[in-house]
Amino acid sequence: MHSSNPRNIAVSVHNLSKQFDGFTAVDRINFEVKKGEIFGFLGPNGAGKSTTIRMLCGILPPTSGEGKVAGLDIHTQREQIKWQIGYMSQKFSLYEDLTVEENINFYSGIYQIEEDTLRRRKEWVIEMAGLQRHRGSLTRVLSGGWRQRLALGCALLHEPSILFLDEPTSGVDPISRRQFWDLIYELTGRGVTVFVTTHYMDEAEYCDRLGMIYDGKLVALGTPEELKKEFMKETVLEVSCEQPMKAMAVIQNLAAVKEVTLFGNHLHAVVPDARTAHKAIQLVLSENAIKLSRLEKISPALEDVFVSLIEAQGKATATGGEGA
Amino acid sequence: MFGRLKEMLIKEFIQIFRDPRTRFIIFLPPIIQLLVFGYAVTTDVKNAATAIYDQDNSVASRELTSRFIRSRYFKVKENIREEGQIRHLIDHSRVKAVLQINKGFENDLRSGRTAQVQMIVDATDSNTAGILLDYGQRIAQEYSQEILLDRVARSAGPVRAIGGLDLQSRAWFNENLESRNFYVPGVIAILLMLVTLMLTSMAIVREKEMGTMEQIMVTPISSMEFILGKTLPFALIGFFDMVLVVLIAWGWFDVPIRGSLGWLFLGTGLYLMSTLGMGLLISTISRTQQQALMTTFFYFQPMVLLSGFMFPIENMPEPVQWLTYLDPLRYFLVIIRGIFLKGIGPEILWPQMLALLVMGVSVFLLAIHRFKKYL
Repeated sequence: MHSSNPRNIAVSVHNLSKQFDGFTAVDRINFEVKKGEIFGFLGPNGAGKSTTIRMLCGILPPTSGEGKVAGLDIHTQREQIKWQIGYMSQKFSLYEDLTVEENINFYSGIYQIEEDTLRRRKEWVIEMAGLQRHRGSLTRVLSGGWRQRLALGCALLHEPSILFLDEPTSGVDPISRRQFWDLIYELTGRGVTVFVTTHYMDEAEYCDRLGMIYDGKLVALGTPEELKKEFMKETVLEVSCEQPMKAMAVIQNLAAVKEVTLFGNHLHAVVPDARTAHKAIQLVLSENAIKLSRLEKISPALEDVFVSLIEAQGKATATGGEGA
Repeated sequence: MFGRLKEMLIKEFIQIFRDPRTRFIIFLPPIIQLLVFGYAVTTDVKNAATAIYDQDNSVASRELTSRFIRSRYFKVKENIREEGQIRHLIDHSRVKAVLQINKGFENDLRSGRTAQVQMIVDATDSNTAGILLDYGQRIAQEYSQEILLDRVARSAGPVRAIGGLDLQSRAWFNENLESRNFYVPGVIAILLMLVTLMLTSMAIVREKEMGTMEQIMVTPISSMEFILGKTLPFALIGFFDMVLVVLIAWGWFDVPIRGSLGWLFLGTGLYLMSTLGMGLLISTISRTQQQALMTTFFYFQPMVLLSGFMFPIENMPEPVQWLTYLDPLRYFLVIIRGIFLKGIGPEILWPQMLALLVMGVSVFLLAIHRFKKYL
């Protein structure tokens, strides 16, 4: 990787930490985000995603460590950073008692956007969000998808080079989510860097690169493909059978199977050796009179990667004494 | 700087006038409260319900009774025949005072003895009772003096001068001793504090609670622009309310305005700095609107009690008197009463104005210091 050239780097973070009253929310994380890429920050709720994003946006002071956004220091150049970035928080944070147009006017006024540029940007936002017929509606009455696109539009009014999105699609229907990601692709096509947090594994697949965060620590970093290859040395077998709960209990006890998890009404078995495990599972299911409909090797989903990483992390913490 | 401030102001005004609750707080409470207080808050004692227990029923006793009535401080509600009724009437609060004239009153007067008259008052409200006793005393004394002069004149011919004291009293600035003239300007000051405190204490905390604060903080707006944007609209509303209630005080209650309106508005501006600054401070330290409202009332109540609006500061224990120096209302009461009633200006009121300026600036700086563009 050519990450050493600072001109291609939009965000870089070195040993960044945040503590709240003795509780470590973010623990010495390191990563770089290249210009124009979609960087996904993946992790369960409370892992430290929002804390990291807030430190990068300059609204939460870090406890220690370094960070640069658009080449500017997150300790000393917070106010300059704010001109370069757009931010959308997980909660709808435009004024609900203002109309669509009033919200746009307010934010473009705050960024001091020129009159003629403003007219163009405003039309772009309204069209992008599909709000042509709702210019005068209070944002309070808009549905989730509309609000989310309006919030994105307001964050983009001043044409920032880096966009921070904190769980942008939570509480939005699948079609709006799809449209939203189309927009994100369009933006990166124009050179905008997107830093997005999510806990939806399927969304993580859309990202160019991913950082996985768990318990404040960055546990993995790479493209989705790299993560699958590097962290899933084992094979995943998908088991479709009757009585999946009972099947899970018996498969779990097999020596050839490392772990079993339930995925919808299938089971995913992580196994070191596919051939031995295949036989063992077939055998144990027929012994227990469970009808097997399908048993095959699948490519692991990011969810498998994440689960196995967290398991590994949990074991390391348990054996390594304190996990600070 | 001014561009962004302008945007803040536009946004704030849209929000203020769109919300029916804020519209209500701006217009109605000042008017209603001034009307209610203007009529209710008065310590004048007039037409006190009185019972007459006249056992003598003579010319002299009727003369004394009619003097009580003519004074207009007492109004006869009952004429009673027996002593037991006194207790009953006072217990049921039917009368505040009872005038008892014993049998033989006129005879005593004629024969040159001192005649006994008794006045009983309901002293549950010690203030009113004291005033009534004082009025009764004066009426009786006047009557007694006339009888005395009359007798001297009859026995010794025309009176040369009899030496004595005659206290000529003049009540300056409020000739008719209308307590309303004293209280209405005070009520204006209190209303102004209440409205501006309530509105500003909600201002910032509402954005925190709604989550809009987070979005505003990632923009290049400065703390100063944000705070001014949050304060100026309420300062304007404060002045608007001031004009409104001053008009009512002057046009409806006939409270005189003897001083200059210009100085009144300057004083108001200085006072508003303290109340708005305090509101902002409350807003920055509160996490929810409910907390802000509670804190506002915890602050507002003692400020009114310590201000000298109801209870004279000189009567308070010394440590409590020190506390009153921290009360902006204390200074503004002196200013507003001075300008309304005495017609004085900054040549006398400058220490109060200076105190308000210092308080206003300090509390504002504290609020700005407390408000950081951080979560």
